Amino acid sequence: MLELAWLIPIFPLIAYTLIIFLTKKSKSISVAVALAGIVASLVISIGVLVETIQKGITMAEPFEVAVKWLRLSAIDKYTGLNIDMGILIDPLSAVMMFVVTSIATLVIIYSVGYMHGDPGFSRYFAYMSLFAFSMLLLVIANNFFEMFFGWELVGLCSYLLIGFWFEKPSAAKAANKAFITNRWGDFGFMLGIILLYINFGTFNFGEISRIIGDGASGVGAAILTLISLLIFAGPMAKSAQFPLHVWLPDAMEGPTPVSSILHAATMVAAGVYLLARGFVLFNESTETLLFIAYIGGITAFIAASFALVQRDIKRILAYSTLSQLGYMVMVIGVGSITAGMFHLTTHAFFKCMLFLGAGSVIHAVHTQDIFEMGGLSKKMPITTWTFIIGALALAGIFPLSGFWSKDEILLATHQAGFTGLYWLATLVAGMTAFYMFRLIFIAFFGEKRTDHHAHESSPWMTVPLIILAFFAVFSGWGLVKMGYGSMVFFGHPHHGEINLGIALISTVFALGGIVLAWLIYYRKIVDTDLMKQRFRPIYNLLWNKLYIDEIYEWLFDKVMLGVAWLCNQCDRKVVDGIADGLGDTVRHTGGWMRFMQTGSLQNYALVIFGAIVIIVLLMATPVLGGVIR
Amino acid sequence: MITLEYYLILAAALFCIGLFGAVAKKNAVAVLMSIELMLNSVNINLVAFNRFLAPSQLVGHVFAIFVIVVAAAEVAVGLAIVISIYRDRFSTEVDNLDWLKW
Amino acid sequence: MMPTIVFGVLSVIIIGFALAMVLSKNLVHSAIFMAATFVGVAGIYLTLSAGFLAAVQILIYVGAISILMVFGVMLTRRGDISASNLFNKRIISGVVVSAALFIILGRLILTSEWFPSSFSVPESTVGPIADLMMNAYVIPFETAALILLAAMVGAIILAKGARRTR
Repeated sequence: MLELAWLIPIFPLIAYTLIIFLTKKSKSISVAVALAGIVASLVISIGVLVETIQKGITMAEPFEVAVKWLRLSAIDKYTGLNIDMGILIDPLSAVMMFVVTSIATLVIIYSVGYMHGDPGFSRYFAYMSLFAFSMLLLVIANNFFEMFFGWELVGLCSYLLIGFWFEKPSAAKAANKAFITNRWGDFGFMLGIILLYINFGTFNFGEISRIIGDGASGVGAAILTLISLLIFAGPMAKSAQFPLHVWLPDAMEGPTPVSSILHAATMVAAGVYLLARGFVLFNESTETLLFIAYIGGITAFIAASFALVQRDIKRILAYSTLSQLGYMVMVIGVGSITAGMFHLTTHAFFKCMLFLGAGSVIHAVHTQDIFEMGGLSKKMPITTWTFIIGALALAGIFPLSGFWSKDEILLATHQAGFTGLYWLATLVAGMTAFYMFRLIFIAFFGEKRTDHHAHESSPWMTVPLIILAFFAVFSGWGLVKMGYGSMVFFGHPHHGEINLGIALISTVFALGGIVLAWLIYYRKIVDTDLMKQRFRPIYNLLWNKLYIDEIYEWLFDKVMLGVAWLCNQCDRKVVDGIADGLGDTVRHTGGWMRFMQTGSLQNYALVIFGAIVIIVLLMATPVLGGVIR
Repeated sequence: MITLEYYLILAAALFCIGLFGAVAKKNAVAVLMSIELMLNSVNINLVAFNRFLAPSQLVGHVFAIFVIVVAAAEVAVGLAIVISIYRDRFSTEVDNLDWLKW
Repeated sequence: MMPTIVFGVLSVIIIGFALAMVLSKNLVHSAIFMAATFVGVAGIYLTLSAGFLAAVQILIYVGAISILMVFGVMLTRRGDISASNLFNKRIISGVVVSAALFIILGRLILTSEWFPSSFSVPESTVGPIADLMMNAYVIPFETAALILLAAMVGAIILAKGARRTR
């Protein structure tokens, strides 16, 4: 199976091409093509995963195949350029590919029900296939350049899918916002890999880690810090870390399955995956790691606090994704890619499920405001129960998957000696439980608030939910038993023993959050409106997301447009002025000189002979001065 | 004794008179006549050089004949042009022929 | 003594008729003066022992070109013939440039050193000219024939007026 691994990204690409160019007209054939492509990838990636485990392929000795793609030989002092296209199979990429393909398969199945009757039905599945291809290319890449290729494609697909309903202005705006925000990160990433190539002479992950491992790279610590910080700009945008997180909540404008795949497996996971893949670089710079850890921690906390007050079901989930991504980035920053990737895996399943559940709800009640829902539990039992399972998993309740991965994170943070971050993360765990159950108690229980005719969704939508619920329950425990820590690791294997104290504390916080939510929103022991009144400033701050969007808007409107205005003026007045001035001078001189052009032949003859006289005078002066013999 | 210089001075005078006529006359036919004068002065020069500097070879004569040929052709074409313009404009005044500008 | 007198008379004829041609206000008179000038030049050729050229000069210039000029005058002139050949506004500058050129040329001619040959001109110039024309200069000769042909065709087309193609 390993030899076939290169086919994993290819199948969705073929599906995309077929749909776009051939089968676009027929909805059913397009769906079949998209499904066939992604299922084929799923099958191969399962095979690859199994074989990776069986053959004992480790992070240190991966299976790598590459073909030459671009060779520019060195000329004089300029280094050449060697770019490969290759595949790199190690536990990290094998697990990631399994996650991506399985989630993508389930989301595509779900979309058949969700997108039913949409005019852009076939286009949607084409984009989905392209999205899967891009992410798989990114994952399977064996060098930074190829990864960047996939990285940009992922950005493009997210743009296409977020703006899928582009006739809606808000969707078009959200797509632009996502794309532009990501551009900042991509730019940093690109500068980073260029600098990397200049210093290391290769893009290849393996070679870079060998060079660093030998300690003979001759690359200064400052340069390494710069490179790793620049590369981290990529994940900061793609995985929506503070302060580049602003695009992710707006990305909710796309169809819900898009949000689901975006949040679970493809877009945002790419950043975390890059952190894990390039960890050997980040590990070389203490400053970068510290920066990553604190950015992650800040994001986790800020996003969780935003989620506390949101009313839109998808926005709550979006901020929870932000918060969980903050966890992952933070724990990679403290030095454990095992915990980060573990959480990425489990989170992918339950977050995907939560989004699909939210989509199911939205599909049924046609609103996204949780205060307009209420009492859905009786009407939509499957959705409700899977949603609750997801929420429990997200809150980290034993024995669901979230518990295991969150415990890993807290443990790793604690062991690495980041006590402050550890307590922050624990607090965030409590907040997570609170806002998730706030959502559940408001949306699914209580009385019906508005007149809606909710009904359970079609099997196309519920079956993926049930499958995902299964993963959400068992993936954590299962992966721990399968020895995830001894598969995906950096340096030395990591055996996640459950630290009873830490597990207990986080569970207490999570349960505390749930109970609080139950008291406030189910039993209504306090008046929420009164609390809103009393804590008006804090509420406003959180409701407006710390005014970060407004700050950006101000920056854009005032600073950037100001600079642009200056540049414009400079261009118009100075640069154009010089060019125009030259032109005007020539034209005016010409306009004045043209009166010499009388058009009269006799005048020309006169001038010619006058000139001859003058020339002869000039040239023959010595002769003319001679004496007549 | 008439030397080369006499002939050259005579040719120069004829040339300058022709030049003056070519530049200062209004009528196109008169301009053509003046140009003939200039060509004639050149011929005088050629023959005089041939006579005084290299009399054994008659290259100067041959040259003069070619000049005459060209002059004849020039007069024929020039007059045809003048007639053509005249037919177009009812004028042979060179000053009116100032299309050679912007 | 004789050649000097002959040269002086011819010079006076040439310069005088040339000036008369340029200064005359009547175009027909100008044409006649021009023919006289050409005759003078033919005389100059004779003093230079270029008999063949003198004949050619008479034939072509006096016989052909002058007649052509008169035809040109006849075909293009209407109105008062006595004021048909006036000066334009460039008369002053024309005089200045011409005079300057003459002075410079004269000065150059007089200050230059010439190296006259001691050989004499052959008795008959027709034979040697024919020899040169048909041997050394046969290609220019043929080209001159072509030029004359082209000039003839061009003159006919121009004078006839090209038929406007629609």
